[in-house]
Amino acid sequence: MTESFKTLAALRQHIASLEGVPAPETHVRMATGHAAFDDMLDGGLARGRTHELFGAVEEEGAAAGLALIWARLIAGDAPLLWLRTTGANRIGGLAYGPGLAALGVDPGRVLLGVMADDAMLLKAAVDALRCAALGALVVELHGRAPLLDLTASRRLALAAEASGVTALMLRLGGDPVPSAAETRWQVAAAPSVPLPGNGPGMSAFDLRLLRRRSGPDGMRWRLIWDNMRGQFDEDSGVRRDERHDHGQGGGAGGAGASLSGAVVSFPADRPAAGRAA
Amino acid sequence: MWQQGEGPAVVVEQVRGAMRLATLDADALALGLTPGMTLADARAREPDLRVFDADPHADQDWLERLCDGSARYTPMAALDPPFGLMLDISGCAHLWGGEEAMARDAADRLERHGIRVRHALAGTAEGAHALCRFPVGAAADEEAALRRLPIEALRLEEESAVALRRAGLRTVGDLAARPASVLAARFGEEAVDALNLLLGQGRRPMAPRRARPKIRVERRFAEPMGSTAFALKTLEEMAAEAGERLEERGQGGRRFEAVFFRSDGLAFPLRVETSLPVRDAPAIMRLVQERIDALSDPLDPGFGFDMLRLSVPRAETMAPTQLVLEGGEARARESVAALVDRLSIRAGRARVQRLEPQDSHIPEQAQLALPAMESRPPVSWPRMQQAGDPPLRPIHLFDPPQPIEVIAQVPDGPPHRFRWRRASHEVTRYEGPERIAGEWWKAPDGDVAGEQAGLTRDYYRVEDARGRRFWIFRHGLYGGQAKHPGWYIHGLFA
Repeated sequence: MTESFKTLAALRQHIASLEGVPAPETHVRMATGHAAFDDMLDGGLARGRTHELFGAVEEEGAAAGLALIWARLIAGDAPLLWLRTTGANRIGGLAYGPGLAALGVDPGRVLLGVMADDAMLLKAAVDALRCAALGALVVELHGRAPLLDLTASRRLALAAEASGVTALMLRLGGDPVPSAAETRWQVAAAPSVPLPGNGPGMSAFDLRLLRRRSGPDGMRWRLIWDNMRGQFDEDSGVRRDERHDHGQGGGAGGAGASLSGAVVSFPADRPAAGRAA
Repeated sequence: MWQQGEGPAVVVEQVRGAMRLATLDADALALGLTPGMTLADARAREPDLRVFDADPHADQDWLERLCDGSARYTPMAALDPPFGLMLDISGCAHLWGGEEAMARDAADRLERHGIRVRHALAGTAEGAHALCRFPVGAAADEEAALRRLPIEALRLEEESAVALRRAGLRTVGDLAARPASVLAARFGEEAVDALNLLLGQGRRPMAPRRARPKIRVERRFAEPMGSTAFALKTLEEMAAEAGERLEERGQGGRRFEAVFFRSDGLAFPLRVETSLPVRDAPAIMRLVQERIDALSDPLDPGFGFDMLRLSVPRAETMAPTQLVLEGGEARARESVAALVDRLSIRAGRARVQRLEPQDSHIPEQAQLALPAMESRPPVSWPRMQQAGDPPLRPIHLFDPPQPIEVIAQVPDGPPHRFRWRRASHEVTRYEGPERIAGEWWKAPDGDVAGEQAGLTRDYYRVEDARGRRFWIFRHGLYGGQAKHPGWYIHGLFA
């Protein structure tokens, strides 16, 4: 299946060259350092696109953390803008500089926009996406966010494509609705690899690729963020001796039924029942 | 025009139907003429008197020009009407080689313009005012000099001054020796106030004259202009003109003020601010347009605008822009600054923020969110953990911390299970406590154990069964500071 998508991509590129339209560039991707993850995404997250990250509950720290880490990786040295609402400050807590620094996201290069409501937030997001000098944009929306409909998301996607600025739509406590996003992820915190003495270790994330515009979806990953080296780790202590097959992933829910080609890795000490619940 | 040495001269004004002398020059004073005398009497004594009409507006203008010129000595220059200037030279005198040298420089400069100057230096504005107008001769110190001043120096009302003299109180020192309550009862509160101010026991703020904006462009319309679009078009031309003038000086504007004057007397001021100096008319107009869009009441031309004014109250040095050939770093920075300006103007200054570290170990005081418009040099954030450590601080912080219900095995032990926002969390991993004590050295009276010093907090990094990581703390030491210490959640980790 993966091969067929690659063939398809090659064909698309060929047609584009015949038509004289610049081909969708393949090199403008952000590699995360996690080999299997990057391979599956043809080299990483596409830049100049919108990506959606869904967190199950509104006080989800993991989804916000992952969005910021990705934004930082994409932005490089350029400033990134984090748009939130006053309500988000109340429900999810203030953005905390020392914690961002500890995560490896330099707070000195983070601009924070705290908007009054979602309408103002989305307007600001479109404006920000038109500014090519911006490294990346994180848009944090809580709840259902009815204002972010297909039209609004299309507008954001077009602005992102025109300027090449990547937008990460952080959706906390909302349900996926049709959108123009390049990829859609479900993000949850994963039990970390404990420190000696059973202390919480490096930030770990459980990811599920819910949807992808150009390629297979449904894969799951567990990423561990190494805040010092600034990349996602494949095996910093995680034993990857166990490869789960379709049956494991299929039990998680109906939405992610197509798990073909998925590379799934879980630490051995984690009971399989925990995921099925 | 008046020149010294051409005979006595007086300035006259009309008081109650008669021309009376308002001010006189030294020659006229030497003849025994006094202010308040009628012009007819003065002419009778001295037929060759040169007479000028009083022009208070011209006086005021001249004084203001002198005051603006005094900015060379200190930014705190204020008018002291009718004939005086008050300069606050705290911290400026050493630049001129001392107070006396500075005063001499000022006096020389003014005397070159034919102005007779008297000056005095004192610790308070009132003291300097009085010493300048009532010379008392040499005195041991300022206090002694002030006490030798006549009571007129207090600037009381005529009746009060006469009454004080009748009572035998001739100098400020005499008055200061009397109890304040007696003075207040007889001559009113203002007499006591004036005395306190003069002797430096009270303080009245000085109102320095604001420097006029350097650049100001105006357009007047022969006919009131009913179209806002046309007004904005005109404003753009004005912005271009202001931009040219800024460029001549090598400056860019940080703040622009556009005022739309309506023919019925109303005026709409619009202010825009930028985080980097700007002199590009389209950029200025974009910000103005944002400002107009953000107005709750639209810009209403009514019967038309008859004047527009654009001023640049704040300008800063701006190097001529040059395209950066490699990297394009400068352009990129400019463009993000433009975005910040646009968002700040639309949403409000305080809504676009930049985080800055603060030197405090109290978690909620370790950062400050500042408006991103205020350009400051970038600061580097300390990273407190060592290589291989997970983040020790959360990415989200609750302010105020949110109370949670905690079950711990022992009262001063780590949490076992906690309940937050109606959900129960089983703690599977924890690290702690990290003990953070209150800043007792900042407590008002060194109150180490008291409530004001803040309770000690024991912070735990915990992870629940689903892998979510929280930062929670126990408020107060069990047994010592609090009987039943409360638990709070303070942050969320990634």
